[in-house]
Amino acid sequence: MADLERHDYDVVVIGAGGAGLRAAIEAHERGARTAVVCKSLLGKAHTVMAEGGIAAAMGNVYPEDNWRVHFRDTMRGGKMLNHWRMAQLHAQEAPARVRELEDWGALFDRTPDGLISQRDFGGHRYARLAHVGDRTGLELIRTLQQRTVALGIDVFMECTVTRLLTADDGAISGAFAYRRDSGQFLAFRAPAVVLATGGIGKSYTVTSNSWEYTGDGHSLALAAGASLINMEFLQFHPTGMVWPPSVRGILVTESVRGDGGVLKNAAGNRFMFDYIPDYFRKETAETEEEADRWYTDKKNNRRPPELLPRDEVARAINSEVKADRGSPHGGVFLDIASRRDADYVQKRLPSMYHQFKELAEVDITAEAMEVGPTCHYVMGGVEVHPETAAASVTGLFAAGEVAGGMHGSNRLGGNSLSDLLVFGRRAGTAAAGHAASAPAAALSETALAEAETAALAPFGRQGGENPYTVQHDLQEAMNSLVGIIRTAAEVEQALERIAELKVRVQALTVAGGRHYNPGWHLALDLPHMLRVSECVARAALERQESRGGHTREDFPGPREEWGQLNVLCTLFGDGIGLHRKPLPGMPPELAEIFEESG
Amino acid sequence: MSYEANLRVWRGDADGGELQDFTVTVNEGEVVLDILHRLQATQTPDLAVRWNCKAGKCGSCSAEVNGRPRLMCLTRMGTFEPDESITITPLRAFPVVRDLVTDVSYNYDKAREMPPFVPPERDADGNHRMQQIDVERSQEFRKCIECFLCQDVCHVVRDHEDNKPAFAGPRYLMRLAELDMHPLDGVDRRRLAQDHFGLGMCNITKCCSEVCPEGIKITDNALIPMKERVVDRKYVPPTWLGNAIRRRRQ
Repeated sequence: MADLERHDYDVVVIGAGGAGLRAAIEAHERGARTAVVCKSLLGKAHTVMAEGGIAAAMGNVYPEDNWRVHFRDTMRGGKMLNHWRMAQLHAQEAPARVRELEDWGALFDRTPDGLISQRDFGGHRYARLAHVGDRTGLELIRTLQQRTVALGIDVFMECTVTRLLTADDGAISGAFAYRRDSGQFLAFRAPAVVLATGGIGKSYTVTSNSWEYTGDGHSLALAAGASLINMEFLQFHPTGMVWPPSVRGILVTESVRGDGGVLKNAAGNRFMFDYIPDYFRKETAETEEEADRWYTDKKNNRRPPELLPRDEVARAINSEVKADRGSPHGGVFLDIASRRDADYVQKRLPSMYHQFKELAEVDITAEAMEVGPTCHYVMGGVEVHPETAAASVTGLFAAGEVAGGMHGSNRLGGNSLSDLLVFGRRAGTAAAGHAASAPAAALSETALAEAETAALAPFGRQGGENPYTVQHDLQEAMNSLVGIIRTAAEVEQALERIAELKVRVQALTVAGGRHYNPGWHLALDLPHMLRVSECVARAALERQESRGGHTREDFPGPREEWGQLNVLCTLFGDGIGLHRKPLPGMPPELAEIFEESG
Repeated sequence: MSYEANLRVWRGDADGGELQDFTVTVNEGEVVLDILHRLQATQTPDLAVRWNCKAGKCGSCSAEVNGRPRLMCLTRMGTFEPDESITITPLRAFPVVRDLVTDVSYNYDKAREMPPFVPPERDADGNHRMQQIDVERSQEFRKCIECFLCQDVCHVVRDHEDNKPAFAGPRYLMRLAELDMHPLDGVDRRRLAQDHFGLGMCNITKCCSEVCPEGIKITDNALIPMKERVVDRKYVPPTWLGNAIRRRRQ
């Protein structure tokens, strides 16, 4: 292949969000020749959408806070299905990861003492989220982007990886990609690849995720021989916009509730008091008076139920709407206008103010917002080693949303940005270490030719469907059949539809040429979306209980035997194979934390 | 209420192109980007448009709507009359890649030229200490989502390609101001701002501030104060004298 653009690196990082950039920075600083390959322009990754903050037990606002409390909150939020070692490393290392961002130029909001300020969020016992107004993700991405540029790391912008390449022994040897602008192909030879590709939400109609979230990293890992874990667990963020229709799903930050906003139904009732599960009853306020006192006196009062973990709040909103107690456009009301003055709201939530004003013509300092659940985050992902972020395939690493295990069955708000930093750095360290000891294998010319043929296949077909129609049908199927509440019959129906869509994808036709052609790009994304959607559906059918981000109407409530099991997906021919795997045992010194008073 | 809108969309590539007319359905509350997505899904599957968040947070979907630099995700169809023709063209200051997508590498080149942030040692307990009032000045500039609308509208480069090597544009001149006002940064970039990044070419017409979707007062709060600081450095007598002596010795 004479016209193929070829590059040699020690470490290739796929994805330029928080995890990818943090991994690249670390690999570079450890001496690895490092490249970042990303589908969009640098600085546009989905991390930029994160609003609330970075969870880290720095103790700047509550000196009582420490990693053990953060670890406990994280595990309980995930209904104990998290990999304990990942949750422990995350809680222990997050404060250092936040502090180093300041060395790279980040400017967090401050406490009166001049330290990094920390705010309240659902499921966190203490105010713990380092933040910049409600645009923390932008600050994180810009800081890492500017650091990446200052270090001179090579970035391949608007390049999409379509295949991971492996050597005869199954180890990673590189990646095959195309440039979105020219449609030309590239081959990267590298002994270590870090996946940092984010999530899968674009397979749903109502989602806070951008076009990039096609599950391509999950799918590439499966194809290379890695396994995915916990794929049944999807986080439906309780508060997405619901009106007007064109903005349905866009995120409304949890900080609105952390800063005093409450949820009300059509009758004006704070309905969350009716949905407090036994599991969190001891730590949740029972009256509105106690809940309101908590904002200023956390020692003597318990948290408002609006700040329960996201899975609980999303299910409650869903129930209110189903019971016809919702808002005019099928959501519920999120009210901060009647509870905080306009100056406070504009200061603490400037981008929410802006977003509602621009997109919905709603002034959130004067009226309530309408909100409802939106597909936001996949807890499931590549099964990795907790210390190194290494997948089971030699030379393959995964960090951030594409990795699984850290968040169990439900992620707490704020734990994503800290996850990106902690495990991004660990993946960078391990990838550089691996590259230093493993020679880069030669790329197979046959495999490169095959990858090229596969990528160009949609141009060679005539008279087939438009890829946008197939994507639309997949989104409808997943949204209505494998959504927030699931039943065996509906999930089985979804699997039938996915099987039909797989056939339709084989016959897609693409119009136009190779230069910046979104229709072609979507045609190449769709097989990934289908493969990952099948994982979600199969794992959802397998787990016969309700826990965290997986609710089965036909199996309500958690079951003890399932509390000890992970569901793993692997590629099995063209389909998905499932295994059950016992959870790793937690050492007694950590198990003790859960016996301490609630 | 739905209606059929008349859209004129520029289609083409580096070798040339033209405005093409389309009729597309518009529903209540939709923005220009929704309409382009509908166009892709129903009529022109290969229409090139850059976008990501569709919520005004990432700054990807910049284009010119009826000649004004805008984010298409924040431009509501409701701001136009239903019978009005809406013309969408790519950003004029950058070379076209295809259709509405432009080559914005000028901006990334300028970012690479920027001397990086240099912090002092941390306090003994591992923290940096800063007051809220001191971080807020630079925080305003860090709201920038790098949509490059200010770069597009700035008349220094909009129709003067030859000025690009010597002029970094409002976004990066503001970055210099951001670093200059950063409570922790220890580098003096004032000479570079003037000599390398072309701060002097800015004649404060405020076009950049007008198009900023984040409402950053680029001219008033970043560029003018930065110009004042450069002047301070140049004309404070001891500095001026020191420089004059140094120059003579060379």
